[in-house]
Amino acid sequence: MRFFPSIAIFSMFFLMGAAVQQSTLTIKGSDTMVILVQRWTELYPTKNVSFQVTGGGSGTGIAALINGTTDICSSSRPMKPAEIAQMKEKFGRVPVEIRVARDGISIYVHKDNPISKITLKQLKEIFSGKIKNWKQLGGADHNIILYSRENNSGTYEFFKEHVLSKKDFASTAQHMPGTSAVVGAVAMDRWGIGYGGAAYTVGVKEVPVALDENKTYYFPKEENILSGKYPISRFLFFYIKDKPQGQMKEFIDWVIDKGGQKVVNDVGYFPLMKF
Amino acid sequence: MPEFLSKKKRSKKQIIIELLAEWGIRITASFSIIVIFLIFIFVFREAGGLIFGTAKELKPKVEKKVKESDILKPEVYNPETGEIEKIKEPESKKKKETKKQSIWENIAGTVWQPVGKEPKYGIMPLLAGTLKVTFVALLLATPLGIFAAIYTAFFAKRKFREWIKPTVEILAGFPSVVLGFFCLVTIVRGVNLITTYIQSGLDAFAAGLGFLLPFAKEYLHEACTISEFHYSGVVGGIGLGLAVIPIIFTITEDALSAVPKSYREASLALGATEWETAFKVMLPAALPGVVAAVLLGIGRAFGETMIALMATGNAALLSWNIFHPVRTLAATIGSETGEVQWGSLHYNILFFLGILLFIVSFSINAVTELFVKKYLTKKFQGA
Repeated sequence: MRFFPSIAIFSMFFLMGAAVQQSTLTIKGSDTMVILVQRWTELYPTKNVSFQVTGGGSGTGIAALINGTTDICSSSRPMKPAEIAQMKEKFGRVPVEIRVARDGISIYVHKDNPISKITLKQLKEIFSGKIKNWKQLGGADHNIILYSRENNSGTYEFFKEHVLSKKDFASTAQHMPGTSAVVGAVAMDRWGIGYGGAAYTVGVKEVPVALDENKTYYFPKEENILSGKYPISRFLFFYIKDKPQGQMKEFIDWVIDKGGQKVVNDVGYFPLMKF
Repeated sequence: MPEFLSKKKRSKKQIIIELLAEWGIRITASFSIIVIFLIFIFVFREAGGLIFGTAKELKPKVEKKVKESDILKPEVYNPETGEIEKIKEPESKKKKETKKQSIWENIAGTVWQPVGKEPKYGIMPLLAGTLKVTFVALLLATPLGIFAAIYTAFFAKRKFREWIKPTVEILAGFPSVVLGFFCLVTIVRGVNLITTYIQSGLDAFAAGLGFLLPFAKEYLHEACTISEFHYSGVVGGIGLGLAVIPIIFTITEDALSAVPKSYREASLALGATEWETAFKVMLPAALPGVVAAVLLGIGRAFGETMIALMATGNAALLSWNIFHPVRTLAATIGSETGEVQWGSLHYNILFFLGILLFIVSFSINAVTELFVKKYLTKKFQGA
């Protein structure tokens, strides 16, 4: 007889769980975007929907979307053709891509480094190991020490694709766990150079970048990124299975409209449009 | 006689409870074995494509001459209309023929660049890196751990001993991510400070010798350069050493305490000093335990992920210099599985690295069990 109350309570929880599940949106994916997405879900004014936000990496999020374990996949890199093919095989249609924010990638050097500008071509040669000495860039006679992100990060893949034009990183490039580790390392290393999100530049020097030496050099500032003048910027994405509907459509519409875009700056990224 | 020892008094209820308890314990015990086997099967299955030769790069099923419109692209959501549309700008891509290379040739290579158009999965730099870090960790942890254990077992005052052992064991339970962060921020500075001093000495030496032998100047400069890198196998190795010391210390201390007291008393009675007794009698007698401690330490250092990931610089360089950055097997698995495309060749290879780690730790444990406990115990204890 003692069991009955506990069974009742148990089934009550069960029912409550089922009731809550009806209006839960799961968002899984990019570690880079976790903070941003969390901020969005906190500030989302409609209260009848609850969110479950997890990271794990863009690849993990895409895999979850393919396996149907997440509603929205956040990704800091575009989906690969093989992944889209998997989606098509499973759901009979290609996924839907939504650009939700922009990100600029800064180039960091040590504070005392005299380098004041850099071109995209030079960056490519530096990080692929062709330019090895600061002397070749007008600096002191010392080898360049490279700091990169880990190859699981969307930033790494973006840098490889757009700056190195898909060439391999030099094998001497050190892969740091996270952007703040890159910044920390460059802040300590007189001869270091690294790259990462534009929001993290504390204790290091940002270098303006140009497409080539005849063009203007731009800092990764908001206006330069929004106008597309800064050469190394990218989009951050949401991916979903199908046309957004109901709660999800409301949320996505809010995110890419003023309400959501206003908070993008707070977490270090750049909005899609100017206010 | 206490009640629970007399068999006659057991009631039916008690028998049932005992039976249940026995089965409960049996199931719990076998559960952990089952879990280990399941993990084993899982890892082998995920790496399976590689072993059975069915693994290949996951690519969309398209013919060689790709029409641009055939490359699969996602559709785009247009917030104004609420509809979804096709992506407009077609990306121009040229497919280049690459020469065929077998997977195993690729794996035996010397370059680890798993992400890219032509991924290279050479595990040699990873193996070398893992060995280098493990070597540094043991170089630090073995003498420290063993000497600390000897001190605690034979020389420390009793009160101090009661304090020191639990304290060192806390270090064993320290979250490795904390140790890793400690290395990432602090130890790296200390190591750099020391290497900078040594380097300036070496520079002077090289300059002096280069003055005498001008033709060898370049070579001398190269030979006398420790490293320009801040994060290195040494920094990571020190971090791993911190994690390994408590293992070596605890097991060695247990082994030393397990040596019969009569050995010590006999040695002292024959006129040996405390030091002679400790190093020439007790330590050899406890040697199997000490070897086991070191082997388990190797196992820990080999498989440690977080510290290696944070403090070693993670560059897959193939060199003998322990001051160069290294990338270990475990750190590679730890950092890359998050973003890897599931089911791809890269994914299979990461699990293959897992199998390598499995084999190493399995053989280390096997050696500890079979060789050390049976053979050495016989030799030294005459049993």
